[in-house]
Amino acid sequence: MSRVWIAGGRVLDPASGIDRVADVVIEDGRIGAVGSGVEVSGAEKVDATGCWVTPGFVDLHAHLREPGQEYKEDIASGGRSAVAGGFTLVCCMANTQPVNDDPAVTDYILDRARNDSPARVLPIAAATKGLEGKIMTEMAALQRAGAVAFSDDGHTIMDGAVMRRVLEYARMIGAPVSVHAEDRHLVGQGVVNEGPASTRLGLPGNPAAAETVLVARDLLLAELTGAHLHVGHVSTAGAVDLIRAARERGVHVTAEVTPHHLALTEDATLGYDTNTKMAPPLRSKADVEACRRALAEGVIDAIATDHAPHAPHEKDVEFTAAPPGVLGFETAYAVVMDLVRAGEISPIELVARLSTGPARVFRQPYGSLAKGAVADVAILDPDREWLYDPLKGYSKSHNSPWAGGTLRGRPVVTLVGGRIVYDVERGVVAP
Amino acid sequence: MIGRDLLGIEDFDRADLERILETAAHMQEVGLREVKRVPTLRGRTIINLFFESSTRTRTSFEIAGKRLSADVINFSAESSSLSKSESILDTARTLDAMAPDAVIVRHKVAGVPKRIADALDAPVINAGDGAHEHPTQALLDLFTVLQEKGRIDGLTVAIVGDITHSRVARSNIYGFTKLGADVRVAGPPTLLPPAVESLGVKAFTSLREAIEGADVVMALRIQSERLQGAYVPSVREYSAMWGLDRAKLRYAREDAIVMHPGPINRGVEIAHDLADRRPSVILEQVRNGVAVRMAVLYLLAGRAQAGQEGAR
Repeated sequence: MSRVWIAGGRVLDPASGIDRVADVVIEDGRIGAVGSGVEVSGAEKVDATGCWVTPGFVDLHAHLREPGQEYKEDIASGGRSAVAGGFTLVCCMANTQPVNDDPAVTDYILDRARNDSPARVLPIAAATKGLEGKIMTEMAALQRAGAVAFSDDGHTIMDGAVMRRVLEYARMIGAPVSVHAEDRHLVGQGVVNEGPASTRLGLPGNPAAAETVLVARDLLLAELTGAHLHVGHVSTAGAVDLIRAARERGVHVTAEVTPHHLALTEDATLGYDTNTKMAPPLRSKADVEACRRALAEGVIDAIATDHAPHAPHEKDVEFTAAPPGVLGFETAYAVVMDLVRAGEISPIELVARLSTGPARVFRQPYGSLAKGAVADVAILDPDREWLYDPLKGYSKSHNSPWAGGTLRGRPVVTLVGGRIVYDVERGVVAP
Repeated sequence: MIGRDLLGIEDFDRADLERILETAAHMQEVGLREVKRVPTLRGRTIINLFFESSTRTRTSFEIAGKRLSADVINFSAESSSLSKSESILDTARTLDAMAPDAVIVRHKVAGVPKRIADALDAPVINAGDGAHEHPTQALLDLFTVLQEKGRIDGLTVAIVGDITHSRVARSNIYGFTKLGADVRVAGPPTLLPPAVESLGVKAFTSLREAIEGADVVMALRIQSERLQGAYVPSVREYSAMWGLDRAKLRYAREDAIVMHPGPINRGVEIAHDLADRRPSVILEQVRNGVAVRMAVLYLLAGRAQAGQEGAR
């Protein structure tokens, strides 16, 4: 029997409400006991003094780029980057090449993940064939192959009738539909938030209304169909208000927000750094504040990274030509710890949004430190300061607005299924 | 404090602008001589790096450099390796390796001169980037107004037309407000940038209200593709509502001058007979452009070799 003894950490388990200094014992890949003064013999001891011990993080939104764009990232490098950020389960979007709209692609991703990724990987399959927004995918077959949700992500389904049928069909098989809600016509050529920053930069603006309008449509369609709508990377105060109101009247809606939309405003774009180009764009201060409040209140269930690796030569171009998106895994914890330090959210609530909350959204049996639970665990040093250099990170790409910055808070040990896969001193140690 | 590069008027303070304008006044004198050349920048190399064609601005910089005895090399997108999809920064670094004393950059996307400046050792002068800035245009406009009115402080300047897509508007907004003028912008709401008043101007959607009592009325060039329905229903409607002519100009001050950064669309944003005669000062603007660009080249390219590189 293999045993790991995580000693002396502050155990934060949102599922059970535990927040106290205790030992966690893991036996054969599952949580054995949480308590103090437990008798442990023959165990690998991990000293967690001064650290948080939490369920491993669950990311509902990431781009692992495999198959097809392995020069940006692959399942192995993405999985290593994930566990270095405390993530033990990553749900990857379908915009690969070929698109994950066929069970064979889903199989391939799961097979690669089993062999080469230290993090668990579960695919989100396309909602429509080729992400074209026209013909539904074989959702039932994709679900049997292992898809946990359906999404066309950035290829937003603009045809309301198609979206309605996707929701109806997904409801039949009990699968969530995740959306990148932005009206393509209102976005136009927009590359930064429309407002004072776009005016100063002289770059085309993307109005907040582009998001709000489509969130409104999708909420009404979720209400009409009774389906589970998951709103990806919420970025506007307007969308937050609509989601809150829909929840109050019983619509089955969940939502996520990214670390960058919680931490950065449109002002970050003022130097034309293409590592501040995201979709949706970085928004106004009022939008950021609304997202932070909604996360604390639980109107937003999950923090999702939207980890989006792009190669240096793709980002090192004109702002309008650069692909949107930034790395997310390795910086997420430090970035969102700012909300705890600012007193806006309690540690246990923050951990809930990173683990228990997202696990529930996609109905996955993770995000818990209860006895018998799968031992996916993150050990986090909330005060550790470190210099973030993407070249020393695990992603194949380096596109981060935090590159070269000093961050506070860092995952120090990550366990997947009771096995230590990452240790800040030794790096990724498995597989 | 004038830095290493000239990327935008937004970066300058009043003293910087005054220093450039004073230098330009000295440079203007060179253009009046029989032999229009001084040895100031002899042995220096200036590269005109134009990713977007602009014969007028490029020629103005070229003449400015040559009047200062610099070697001016023109590098334009059409004749370069850009067609082989070399990245902009690679192109710029390649040129930088040949040790120019200044690189003048024009690009259709906002922010490219900044990205190039961050990558290069040589000073970079922005000759217009997307809808961001066109700082030497604003300097020559300030110089022209100063020459015509004797001051900028306290004047009312109305900028009329497609403000959203105009780098000239942005640079002039910064320049005129920093030197104490009251700046108004006007145009159809589809062509006014969001939150434009955050730049310290007042926005109007009525031409008459905008130019009421103005000392300077500046018409902007509107591109024909913006007049085909997406932003404005038609050329006819635009010129009827926003085209400057002598009748509409009555609302401005009696001694108001009319400016335009060129090239002009006759009969669209400005009437034929208004463009060609006073109070229009369009050709004075062009003339002053050379003096202002000489001043900028002198202040930036002149000092690299003098061993006193500006703050980076």
